Amino acid sequence: MRDLVLFSLIVLAGTGGELCMSRAMQRVGGVASFDPAQIVRVVRRGLGQPWMWAGVSMMALAFFALLGALSIYNVSFVVPVTALSYIAGALGGIFFLDERVTFWRWMGVLLVAVGVTLVVLGKG
Amino acid sequence: MILVMVVCGPLGNVLLGRGMKQVGAVSIWPVSHLLTVALRTFANVSIWMGIGSLLVMFIAYMLVLSWADYSFVQPASSLAYGVVALLGYLVLGEHVSPLRWAGIAIICLGVFVVGQTAPRTTNREMAGPD
Repeated sequence: MRDLVLFSLIVLAGTGGELCMSRAMQRVGGVASFDPAQIVRVVRRGLGQPWMWAGVSMMALAFFALLGALSIYNVSFVVPVTALSYIAGALGGIFFLDERVTFWRWMGVLLVAVGVTLVVLGKG
Repeated sequence: MILVMVVCGPLGNVLLGRGMKQVGAVSIWPVSHLLTVALRTFANVSIWMGIGSLLVMFIAYMLVLSWADYSFVQPASSLAYGVVALLGYLVLGEHVSPLRWAGIAIICLGVFVVGQTAPRTTNREMAGPD
């Protein structure tokens, strides 16, 4: 039970945090150029969005939960966490950010998830 | 920008790792030890370069997300796994297992497939002056 809670916390807070950050930047609007003044303005506007701070807090929570998990289990714990994060990210993109994830994008996301899983396994 | 992201993230972590190795094992008690460790950490050039790299990567991430889908950026940012392996192999002379190279090849293929899709599928304004 504790494993399941910790596991879902890391996946959901980690991906959820990045999704909140994306929503904040979605509201700010796109950067059109590399003009430093515009970059500074967009970053400042992004930091002024409540969604940004919700996102950063969730990412911090996920980070500490991961540190805690790694002190209990070994690194193989990270494998399903990273793989599932990509699936959760695409689902969050669809339902939280109204993005259109096409068949080919799904295929790419699944390939990346498989590749990342192999990389993490290959480190052990 | 995605390039900046996938290079600065791993670079920052490698620099922080090297910095902390130079600082040595952390002992937090007695307090005088903690102070020495803290001073040595903040006096270390690698640490500051690492923090700088991670900051640059966070800003690049924000900028990319301002115009591209999260479901586009998240898979693309996994190219960082390839950069980590290359950095480890070329700079630190680490052994990279065949399984890891295979994983990196599949990641590249996946990022290529994602890259063929439209980066942005939502309507949003381009940022103008305030």
